[in-house]
This record gives sequence, C-alpha cells and structure tokens, in this order.
Amino acid sequence: MLAALKRKETYEHYFKTLKFSLYCITHPLDGFWDLSHEKRGSIAAANTILILVLAARIMKLQFTSFLFMKVYWPKINIFMYLASILFPLALWCVGNWGLTTLFDGKGRLSQVYMATCYGMTPYPLIQFPLIILSNVVTVQEGAFYYVLSAFSIIWSAILILAGMSQIHEYKMSKNLLFTVVTGFAMLVMVFILLLFFSMISSGVAYFISLGREILFRM
Amino acid sequence: MKKMKRIASLILCVFLLSVSSMTVMAEKGYTYCYDYWGDVQYSPDAYKMVGVYTSVELGLDVGLSSPQGLFIVDRTIYVCDTGNNRILELERTDTDTITYVRSIDSITGDVEVKTFNSPTDVAVSDDGYMYVADSNNNRILKLTMDGEYVMEFDKPTDATFDQSLSFLPSKIAIDTAGRVYCVATNVNRGLIKFENDGVFSGFVGATPVTYDWTDYIWKRLATQAQRAQMESFIPTEYDNLYMDYEGFIYACTSRVTEEDVDNGDATPIRKLNMMGSDIMVRNGEYPVIGDLYFGSGGGYEGISLITDVTAMDNDVFFGLDRNRGRIFAYDDQGRMLFCFGGNGNMNGYFKQPTALDHMGHDLIVLDALDRSLTLFTPTEYGNNIFNAIEQFQDGFYEESGESWRAVMDMNGNYDLAYIGLGRALLRQEEYEEALDYFRLKYDEDNYSRAFKQYRKEWVEEHIVVIFLVVFVLLAVPLAIGRIREIKQEIARAGIK
Repeated sequence: MLAALKRKETYEHYFKTLKFSLYCITHPLDGFWDLSHEKRGSIAAANTILILVLAARIMKLQFTSFLFMKVYWPKINIFMYLASILFPLALWCVGNWGLTTLFDGKGRLSQVYMATCYGMTPYPLIQFPLIILSNVVTVQEGAFYYVLSAFSIIWSAILILAGMSQIHEYKMSKNLLFTVVTGFAMLVMVFILLLFFSMISSGVAYFISLGREILFRM
Repeated sequence: MKKMKRIASLILCVFLLSVSSMTVMAEKGYTYCYDYWGDVQYSPDAYKMVGVYTSVELGLDVGLSSPQGLFIVDRTIYVCDTGNNRILELERTDTDTITYVRSIDSITGDVEVKTFNSPTDVAVSDDGYMYVADSNNNRILKLTMDGEYVMEFDKPTDATFDQSLSFLPSKIAIDTAGRVYCVATNVNRGLIKFENDGVFSGFVGATPVTYDWTDYIWKRLATQAQRAQMESFIPTEYDNLYMDYEGFIYACTSRVTEEDVDNGDATPIRKLNMMGSDIMVRNGEYPVIGDLYFGSGGGYEGISLITDVTAMDNDVFFGLDRNRGRIFAYDDQGRMLFCFGGNGNMNGYFKQPTALDHMGHDLIVLDALDRSLTLFTPTEYGNNIFNAIEQFQDGFYEESGESWRAVMDMNGNYDLAYIGLGRALLRQEEYEEALDYFRLKYDEDNYSRAFKQYRKEWVEEHIVVIFLVVFVLLAVPLAIGRIREIKQEIARAGIK
C-alpha cells in the first residue's frame, strides 16, 4: 500500500517536473532559478527531454522531406549520429562544472546537466511539428522551415545560457565569459582525449609488433 | 544422396555467380554517369564503335600525319591532314564504310602561295565555300569547293591585336553570314572575329578579368620580384570551337587548372552568343567539367582537358577529353548524360584524340597519333536517351515518358530517366506518380512544382473534411467552456 502510494507520488513528481520544462522555456530566469533552488526539476525529466531530442534528431533523418534534408544513407551511422549530440553534451557538462566550481559557481554537475537538458526543450517541441511541416511545403516555401528550425536552436541556446547563469548564480557578463571559456575547455578535453587514444593505440601497436617479431623468430 | 545434390547445386551456383560477375567486370568502366551524390554509376554503353578507319581502310596512298581538323557536312567528312599539308574529303557511303573522295593539296586562282603549310582546321559554310586555317602561312583561306582561291583573312592590323605576335590561326568556325570566328595560337583574348569582307572586328568571348581580395592582399604584401614570380592571371586561350545549328558557338579550353575546378570556377566548355557571353545553362548537380574525380592512375592524372566540342541538333553537346580519351555528353540543361571512351590500343579507345564531330547522332573522333578516324553510333540505350530528349523538346510528353521508361529498364541507376519520366508525368498532370520519381532522385524544383499542384488538388478534393476538422477544433473547446460555465452557474444557483 505504502509502496504503491510512493510509486504514485514518484510518477506525479516526474510528470510535474517534466511539465515544469514548459514553464522554464517561457520564463527562463525564474524557471531555472526554481529548477535547482526550489527543486522543481528532476534528472528523470531531464533524461526524458534528452531522449526526445535524440528521437527528434533520428526522426528528422528519416521523415523530413528530401527538400530540406538529403541523407546519404550509406554514410549514416546511427550511433555516431547520436554521439554527435551526447559527446558534446558530456564535454559541456563536465567542462562547465569543472570551471565554474573553481570560480564560485553554485551549480553541481547534476544541476548543470539538468539545466542544459531543460534548456533543450524547444528543440523537440519545434522539430517534431517541423517534420510534418516539411512534408507539406514546396521548396519555395522552405523559408518557413529554415526560420523555424533556426529559431528552435537559437531559443535552446538562449535557454541554456540563462540556465547556467541561474544555476551558478552568475551575472550575465560573467556567465558569457564562462560560456566561452567552457568552449575552450571542451577543445582542450578533445585534444587530451585524442592524445590519450593515439598514445594508447601506438602503445598497443608496439606490443603487437613486438609479439609478432618474437613469433617470427621462434 | 540428397547432401550430394545440395553440394553440387551449391558449387554450380558459385560457379555461375563467378562467371556472371566476371562478364560484368569485363564490360565495366567504358560508359558511366554520375548520380545525385556524384558517385560513379556504370551504365550500358550509349555508343558503340562501328569502325576505326586508318589510311588502309580509306585507301590512301600516303597515310595521315598528325591530323588536327575535322569537319562534317551531311555525309561528307573533311579531314585536315596537317602533317601532309592537305585536306581530305571522305564520304560515308554506308553505315560502316567511309570512302576516300579526293584530296586538296594545292589551290588555284590569284594567290602567291598556292600550297598549305600545316593547315589545322577546315570548315564549310552554308553558302558553299571552304575555309581553311592555313596556320603556318598565317592566313585563313576562303576557297570554292573546287579549291579556287576567293579571299583570305590575314593578321589583324588593329591596335588591339598584339603586333609582335605572329598570326597562327588554329581553329575556325563560320556563321551563316560568312563571318569567321577563329582560335589562334598565343591569343588569349578570346575568339578573333572577322567580318565576311575580311575586316577584323574584335575579340569575342574572353573571360572577364576578375580578382579576389586575397589575391589583392597578397600582391600588396609581395615585393616586386615576388609579384613577377606569381602566376599572372591568364585569360582564356580557347582550344577549339563549334558552331551549332542556331549560330551559337560552343568553345572549349583545356587551360583549366585543378584549382579552378576545386573552386567551382572552371568552365572548360562554354556556349557563346553573338555578344560573346557564356549562355550555357548549368542546372546539373555538378559542373560541366568532365570527370569529377581525377586521381592519378594508369599513367594519367589531373583534370579532364576538353580539347574539342560538338553539339547535336537536340542541344546535346559532347566534350572530348584528351587527357583520358573520354567523351562526355551533356544535355541542354548541362546535366551529364553519359561518358565513354578511354586511352588504349583497342578499337574504341584513343591514343591522342584531337577532334570530334557528329554526323546525325553518330560521332566521329580523329586521333592524331593513331592517325585514324573512329566512328561511333548510338546503341539502343543511347537512342532511347536521345529519343526521350527530342520527344520532350517537341512536346510529345507521353512518348518521351515511354522512352525514359525504356532507358530506365536498361539502367535503373540513371537519375535522368527518373527525372525525365517524372517530368513527362508532370506534363500529363499525373502529379502523385511524378512525385515518387522526383523524390527518388532528389529533384527539388520539379518535385515542388508537382507537389504544388498535387496539394492544390488534394485540398480541393478534401475541402469539406478540412472545413469540418477546423470547425470541430474551434467549436468543441468553445462548447466545452460554455457547458462548464452553465454548470458552474447552476451549482452557484444551487448554493444560494
């Protein structure tokens, strides 16, 4: 009985936090403040939004009219395609958290992740209807599509910016500065990862060739 | 026993498969086209070789020597036998025979020099005069068909022509009014145009000189010596020209750099109007540059070097690539139809192709090193393509669609067949079916055209349903709100 009640409460909380994303996108400053400080957001809802973003990306690939998206199927790798969102997202969260922690940022890693995901809400919200729209317009009317598509991304970007400033309790100038610096941090991480993997692979290659050589001599 | 049978059938299958793949391999690589993505799609042969005609087949006493020029009127073929200083007149008497008619090696009439010196091109005007670009004699000769001197076009005395250069006409074309357009060696200001009375009247079709701001900055920063070393901008030096049935000049140049091709600036083939502007329609997905990929292989590298061009009466034009010995065919929209040929010793391949001309739909290629003419005739596949194009131009859309369907049956990887069939269906107002063909081959414009009509029809057909849906969407929430209000009022009244 108690467990059922708890489950129900959890569901209710989940839906409430998910619904809160709609408040966030129209009232970014107020919304993102409440998101962390009033605990009106949840990681589960953030995950849901992220999954919706990924779903929108993939559905776009398949169902957008060829007028706006020509897909060269032989070169499409669905996992790489998903990674093109997930990998930068992970770098962003880690980079942003790592830097802001050093400079009085109040946000925790989970909050950075949550705010970023909540900030991406307009993307699936606009892109799903756009898939339908793309199939009922001609190329001459394509401007509608492109404007709306760009709008969804710009809106998301503004939301993420606003979210970061509220979570870390930064002023806008400091926030913008740290957004740029996070960009550099992401580049540095990519560089280090590349270095790491290339060294690992040459290290492995060394031992493999060593083994081959030994087998050769035996 | 059963197992044995199975194994036997398996072996047979593998054998058959390998045999069939071997035959495919053997034919691969002669004719191809590019699809929407720019991938090479091999296709059935659009042209087949009918014969190769050397001096033996033509019955000449002296073999050809580095022939340069080729001109065809109806079934008569004129060949400029440059090395032997003569003009040969040949005739195609049958589908696969070309016979020798006569050879002109000297001229009669009131002129001092009565022989040719390295003639490089010959042309015959509509009013029945023969023009010869007598290169090393620095003149263009106008002769009667019997070889009698009429007049000559000499080095322009105009100040716009650099007088320090000698006048070496290499290729000529004559328009209906008897004006002469000439490509001359070392002249990079376009085509030299002479009026029919021999007066030089200017240059036609030079590339406008442009520069980009990076060049400007570099030149600003460079020292005098560095600037001199820099590659100076060289306008076009044309290689060859062809006057089509409408009087437009197709001109080609092999002075195209890989850089231009990468930038998308390269226009090795141009269609010039009377003003000398390039009016070629380039609606294809890829520019008219010959091969899109030019890695080195088989001893050849670099871009296609278009050395001659010819255009048929259906506005299909062909470019001859002297680098890889290929012939590229484009339609009036600048979309590649097919490409075939290659370098080699087999019949149907070339050693050093120099000139290309057409006789109806047949093509004749002159090879300077092989000293031969190669005659090509369209296959059923090629004929279907030409039929489809011509029928569409003449307004027989249904027939054109049928021809494209025949092409598609022979080559399912051919984008133009799908688009052509779609266009035919579009003209027949079969929009829904047309949409499928355009969608398959990514033709945005035609798809949009068909879709607009389709959408209009759809809305007209379903107007009642659409109206109802909109009505329901608007009315139902209103009604619900109203009912709620009434309920609340009743409830309030009850409280009272």
